[in-house]
This record gives sequence, structure tokens and C-alpha cells, in this order.
Amino acid sequence: MALGLHRRSGHQPRLTTRQEHERQQRRRSSFIAAASTFVVLVAVAVFIPRMPRWDRVKKSFFDVNQMRDSFPRLIDAFWLDVKIFVWTTPAIFIAALLIALARNSRSPALFPVRMLAAAYTDVMRGVPVILWIYLVGFGVPGLGLERPFNSPLLWGSVALGMTYSGYVAEVFRAGIDSVHESQRAAARSLGLSSAQTMRHVVLPQAIRRVVPPLLNDMVSLQKDVALVSLIGPIEILRQAGIDKAKFANFTPFVVAALIFLSVTIPLTRLTDYLWHRERRRTSGTRVAA
Amino acid sequence: MTTLAASRATGAPKVSLRSVTKSFGTNTVLRDLSLDVATGEVVSLIGASGSGKTTLLRCVNLLEQIDDGVVLLDGDEISAIGLDPNPVRRRVGIVFQSFNLFPHMSVARNITLALTKVLGLENDAATQRATELLTRFGLADKAGAFPDQLSGGQQQRVAIIRALAMQPEVLLLDEITSALDPELVGEVLDVVRELKGSGITLLIATHEMAFAREISDRVCFLHAGSVAEIGSPSQVFGAPRDERTQQFLRRVRSN
Repeated sequence: MALGLHRRSGHQPRLTTRQEHERQQRRRSSFIAAASTFVVLVAVAVFIPRMPRWDRVKKSFFDVNQMRDSFPRLIDAFWLDVKIFVWTTPAIFIAALLIALARNSRSPALFPVRMLAAAYTDVMRGVPVILWIYLVGFGVPGLGLERPFNSPLLWGSVALGMTYSGYVAEVFRAGIDSVHESQRAAARSLGLSSAQTMRHVVLPQAIRRVVPPLLNDMVSLQKDVALVSLIGPIEILRQAGIDKAKFANFTPFVVAALIFLSVTIPLTRLTDYLWHRERRRTSGTRVAA
Repeated sequence: MTTLAASRATGAPKVSLRSVTKSFGTNTVLRDLSLDVATGEVVSLIGASGSGKTTLLRCVNLLEQIDDGVVLLDGDEISAIGLDPNPVRRRVGIVFQSFNLFPHMSVARNITLALTKVLGLENDAATQRATELLTRFGLADKAGAFPDQLSGGQQQRVAIIRALAMQPEVLLLDEITSALDPELVGEVLDVVRELKGSGITLLIATHEMAFAREISDRVCFLHAGSVAEIGSPSQVFGAPRDERTQQFLRRVRSN
């Protein structure tokens, strides 16, 4: 006891009673968190193998040899998902920005444009993505278009782009609305036109604020790309289905899930980090308790 | 006073409001208001909150559209329906109570944006003009800083410089010290003191009575959207004729 007291006063700045109390609280919290995590993990490790059919599930979902065999094919197929993602994303952002600007126009002459833009976002967001993919992906090539314009891959991507631009447009619109009117007043009072004000003053601030929700939508898009497989293209989900049928084993689906996670988790973490930073920047000092 | 006499000789007032009425819904903010401001004159608007000071200023650079009456700039009607407001705004600058700097741009860019986009200056010329003004007002070292790195007083000085850089003929100051800590008010008012006599016409809405008395050629007391009394600072502050002015000044002085 005496020794402890001596050491504390000798090597560290002396803590006040409150700081000492808070340090103990912190230690207590981390101990409880560690203990409860340990209990849960042990329970999972002990009880799941004791389920009556665990052997079968293990064999049909977590077959290591099957994993090794399927992995290269699935990675190859995943490349198509990446490509669809890469070419739809810029198209979505451009279309969404134009729609958001149309909805934010103020001139009375542009009323029809505002109405169309509002209708577009309503219709695109009001129907499940998968239905748009079926309708556009089968419907448009059904018009009898020539190659390459009859490709389900093309029209599936278009359907994805259409729906997502509806969602992303709403994100941009919220960002534009969040910029205070006094910023517009300042810009207009300097003689900038309404378009110049939007371009140089409103949009740069709006876009900065909506980066986290935009990334959120990109994470969703990254997964929904797999829906295009339902109208034909052999991407990762489709390839996993083929492997599953061929080997009568569900392991390829688990591998596909892991491949998706390897992309979506970093993206999600980044989004969270940016949210957090934006919150800290804009929401003031945190209350104590 | 010499500037005042000179401009009266040339004829039309710089800014003129004639029977201006402005309502927001059922709330009438300006009521049949008339006011003439001569070239180079400094006029302070005083009055209680809600008496119409801010709205009056915003009607002069067309951030608000008036409901009735006319607003003239050098004798030309600028309140005409369908008139392009941008050429007017180039000649009439405004500084806001809450600074309204663009937070995503450096101090220098805040100043040069309108110089390049509205006046069509080359980047070099715009930067040079910004640097000269920043130097003149003691902010040369802040050119690269962002607004949130500056004190309120510094931000407001930048906002004044941003408006001045456009070389406006009229500058409207809308309670520019009301959002500042007391110890920062002086540095902002110093900038305004320096502008007096430079030929620019100043229309100042303010709660700083001592400052209004010191800097103004004329002081205008607004009550419920109309000019209740207007005259020289010594008359309005020293011997107010209107009962409402007397009441207002008593209330302000008792604080």
C-alpha cells in the first residue's frame, strides 16, 4: 500500500479523486466487455458442434476442399461484379446530380422539370430493384435490338443505374437543402448568378456533407450488382449457383459471401469513420453522461 | 459635410427609397418608407429589433423584392419588375451580421471568387487586389487561412474586404458587430472608420449608438417600418424631437 502510493506519486502525475474514479470505471468497463465476449465465443464453439446435424452442415457449407476448388472461379466471376459496379457508379452520380439540380431549380418556367424529377425519384425508389432489373433487362432487349444492344448485361446495368440514381439524387438534394440560405445570400449579393452560386458555393459544401451517405449507397450498390445475375450474366452469385448444382454443396455460397465481405467491410468502416468525423465537426461538444 | 453638399449639387441622390412597402405574409415590415442618401454620405439606421433596418438594406441590393413604391440608384429605378439584379448588386455591396464567408474556401478565394467570376478579372489581378486589401486592413498573413481558423472579428473584416473588393458605390452594413464578442467590435469598426470619406456611400444598420453618433453624417431612427426621425447625429442623439426616438434612446441608455 505504502509502496503503491510512493510509486504513483513518484512516476506519474498525481490523479485527482475523480480522475482515479474514472480510471477505475474505464478498467471495469473493458473487463466486462472482454468477459462477455469470451462467454459468447465459448458458447458458440461449444454448443454449435453439439447440434444434431452439425456434421452435415459442416460438410455442405464449410467444406475446405470445395472452398479451394471454387475460389478461383468465383474470384474470376467477381471481376464482372466489379466491372458492373465501376461503370454504373459514375453514371449514377452524374444522373443523380442532374436530377437533384432539377428538383432544386427555382424558376417557375422549370416547373415541369421539377415535377418530372420528383416523379422519377418516386417511381425509381418505389419499386424493388429486382423488378426493375427484370422489366428493363428482359423488356428492352425484347424490342428486337441488334447486338450489342440486346445484351442483358447492358440493360441489367442500366436498370441498376436507374434505381440507384433515384436514391442518390435524394441524398444530393438533402445536401443541397442543408446549405444555409445565408450562403446563397452572400454569393448573390456579390453579383454571382444563381448557376454560379450553385456551382461554386452551394454544391461544394453540399457534396462534402453527403459523402458518408453516398458511400453507404455505394456499399448497397456493390451488393445489388449480384441481382443482375438473375437475367443471365455469369457473375459471382450465378457462378456460385452453378458450382453448388455441380458439386451438390453449398460451400461456394459461403465463399461468395466472404468475397463480398472483403470489399464491403472496408467500405463500411470507411463510411462509419467519415460519419463520425462529420458528426464531431458539426454537432458540438458531447455531453458527459 | 462637404461631400454631402457636393453630391446635392449633382442632382439625384445615390440611393433613394420612395414610399416603399414590404410585407412578409401579414407582417408589414416597411410601411410607406422614404429615404434619400447622397453620394459619399454615411447614414446610420437605428431602431428596435423588428423596426425594419435589415429589410431596408436587403431591399437596396435586391435580396428582397418590395411590394410597393420604388427604389432608385443614381436616379434609375432598380426595383422594376423583371430587372436583372446582378448589375445592381455589383454596385451595391452588403456585409451581414453573421459574416457569411464561404467556409470551404480560403480567405483569399472568398475575396477573389466574385472578382474572377463576376468582374472577369484574371486570377493574378484578382489575387493582387485581394492581397492589397488584406494588407491594408492588417490581414495579409491570413490569406491562406480558412474562415473557421479566424476570430469573429477577423472573419467580419474579411467579409468587409470581400464586399469592398468589388469596388461598390454603396456599401450596406447590416449590424456587422452584433454577433461579435465585445472586445472584437473595435477592430471591425476601425475598418468602417477608414472607409468614411473615401467616396463610398455607407448605409449602416447598427445597435452601436456611440459609433453611429461618431461616424454618421445623418442618423435615421426607424419605428415600425417607417422613418420616425432623421437628422444630424447631434440633433437625433442630443435633442430628439420625436417622442418614440426619445423613448428608444432612454431604453438603450438605461442598459
